[in-house]
Amino acid sequence: MIQIAVVSGKGGTGKTTLSAALNLLFENNVIADCDVDAPNLHLIFRPIIQQKYEYFGGKKAVIDYTKCTSCGVCEKFCRFNAIKHEEGKVTIDPYACEGCGVCVLKCPYSAVNLVSNKAGEYYVSMAGNRPMVHAKLQPGEETSGGLVAEVRKAALKFKESGRDIVVIDGAPGIGCPATSSITGATYVVIVTEPTASGFHDLQRIVETVRLYRRRFGVVINKSTINPERKEEIASYCKNENITILGEIPFDPIVNTATVNGVSILEYPESPAVYSIVEIFKNLKKELEI
Amino acid sequence: MIITVLSGKGGTGKTTVATNLAWVLSFEWKVQLLDADVEEPNAHLFLSPQIDETKSVEILIPKVNQTVCTKCGECAKACQFGAISVFKAGVMVFESLCHGCGACSMICPERAITEIPKPIGQIKLGEALNDIRFGMGVLNIGEPSGVKIIRELKKNIDTSADVVIIDAPPGTSCSVVESLRGADFALLVTEPTPFGLHDVRMAAELVAEMGIKSGIVVNRDSEGFNGIDLFSKESGIPILMRIPYDTRIAELYSRGILLSAQLPEWKTKFTELFKEIKELVNV
Repeated sequence: MIQIAVVSGKGGTGKTTLSAALNLLFENNVIADCDVDAPNLHLIFRPIIQQKYEYFGGKKAVIDYTKCTSCGVCEKFCRFNAIKHEEGKVTIDPYACEGCGVCVLKCPYSAVNLVSNKAGEYYVSMAGNRPMVHAKLQPGEETSGGLVAEVRKAALKFKESGRDIVVIDGAPGIGCPATSSITGATYVVIVTEPTASGFHDLQRIVETVRLYRRRFGVVINKSTINPERKEEIASYCKNENITILGEIPFDPIVNTATVNGVSILEYPESPAVYSIVEIFKNLKKELEI
Repeated sequence: MIITVLSGKGGTGKTTVATNLAWVLSFEWKVQLLDADVEEPNAHLFLSPQIDETKSVEILIPKVNQTVCTKCGECAKACQFGAISVFKAGVMVFESLCHGCGACSMICPERAITEIPKPIGQIKLGEALNDIRFGMGVLNIGEPSGVKIIRELKKNIDTSADVVIIDAPPGTSCSVVESLRGADFALLVTEPTPFGLHDVRMAAELVAEMGIKSGIVVNRDSEGFNGIDLFSKESGIPILMRIPYDTRIAELYSRGILLSAQLPEWKTKFTELFKEIKELVNV
């Protein structure tokens, strides 16, 4: 199955707008929203949930107070500052606990246990005639990379029913959720914008994608905001031998589409759509499909 | 007072709000700005800090002495992150999965595991425009989590500063929690779209759970979607400022220029914003 991951380094560059449009332009595809932290694709596709799965991420330490003597050994060995002594009572901060189990190993009274912790949910749905996999991470949870992996796995299962492409809306940043969206990708589409921060973040995501040895190309969104910055990005790509899949001009209709919660493809007369169709063609050429 | 700026969704204008607020307040107060968006730090692009101290952030990863190791497998069993595997040929450590907790070295019956430091990123400290005390964390490429870097960065909070502004990462995950810990106020930056509403709801949920007072800044404000206003009413989280949808502002941002340095009316608006935050914190 061909896996196309749309990522951006920086948030707000137009990842969701582009991945929603690509998902609609391909025909025999599965839609996957891997931005599990702040998923937005479902706001465009309004999928009907068919199956719901609970996601258990890492474990968390839980104290059995019938055994705990507040000796403080666990606190001493915890490297994540997750254990605190308050008013003579030992408490665990579930947000800081990484579930490593050192406290369990060290407790002289066997008063600490690791307990599976529900970190989110993921859904297999139908968005019109396309399957869609999406998820929701519980706020404050850390195991988003694992949840992203579950979403990708569930999307890849549709190979059996004859689907041949997955278009993934990736997570922002360069950390675990972002890299979890690109591992295994056939091709990575990096969306950037011609701003000081856009260029800065582009370079970091390019390095990251290279570390994972994925094929990739760049889309410059809102390209008309700042022509000088756009040239800077274009010449960076040229020097680094990076394919530019296309440019999307700044187009207020994109905002209208977002406000109305629909894909930009609903406005076929808009300049952005024209550019996105070109990008779609270039992407297909890159993939030789 | 510690104000954390967060957004739920990326690209809503968190950095715009954090940097402008810091700059405007620095005329009257002693201000510190910490950029905790360690995956993609951007505040330095607007505040041009002079970095005079760089600290490496490290975690301890295991190193196995293969001649002492009996391949008993206790380390792999203890590791909750799948970072150690025992093969016939020896013990393998997968560095990128290791959280640096030390469980493996603590459990090893042969004491065959020592721990060696591995850098995962940096903290940079210095002075920016108008004597703003500046700090930022930078996660190394290929490292999974910036939480430890944020934790180290926050150890540099200047207790003599009147205002500490923390620019949080996007989303609502553990690194955002780390950025919010100990904050007196959370400023939720959003935009008037269904996306913005969806994500600000999640951010508000997290902030409420942590018991931190909050207010909303609506960026790229335009007609056509009143969901944020309705959310503000229903949740009781006040809208403290609106930044209009304006190509002039977008253009300044693209050049790395502070909006309030170029358009004086914004100096007044950010001063007003701080006044409102102060009132809300003291209530």
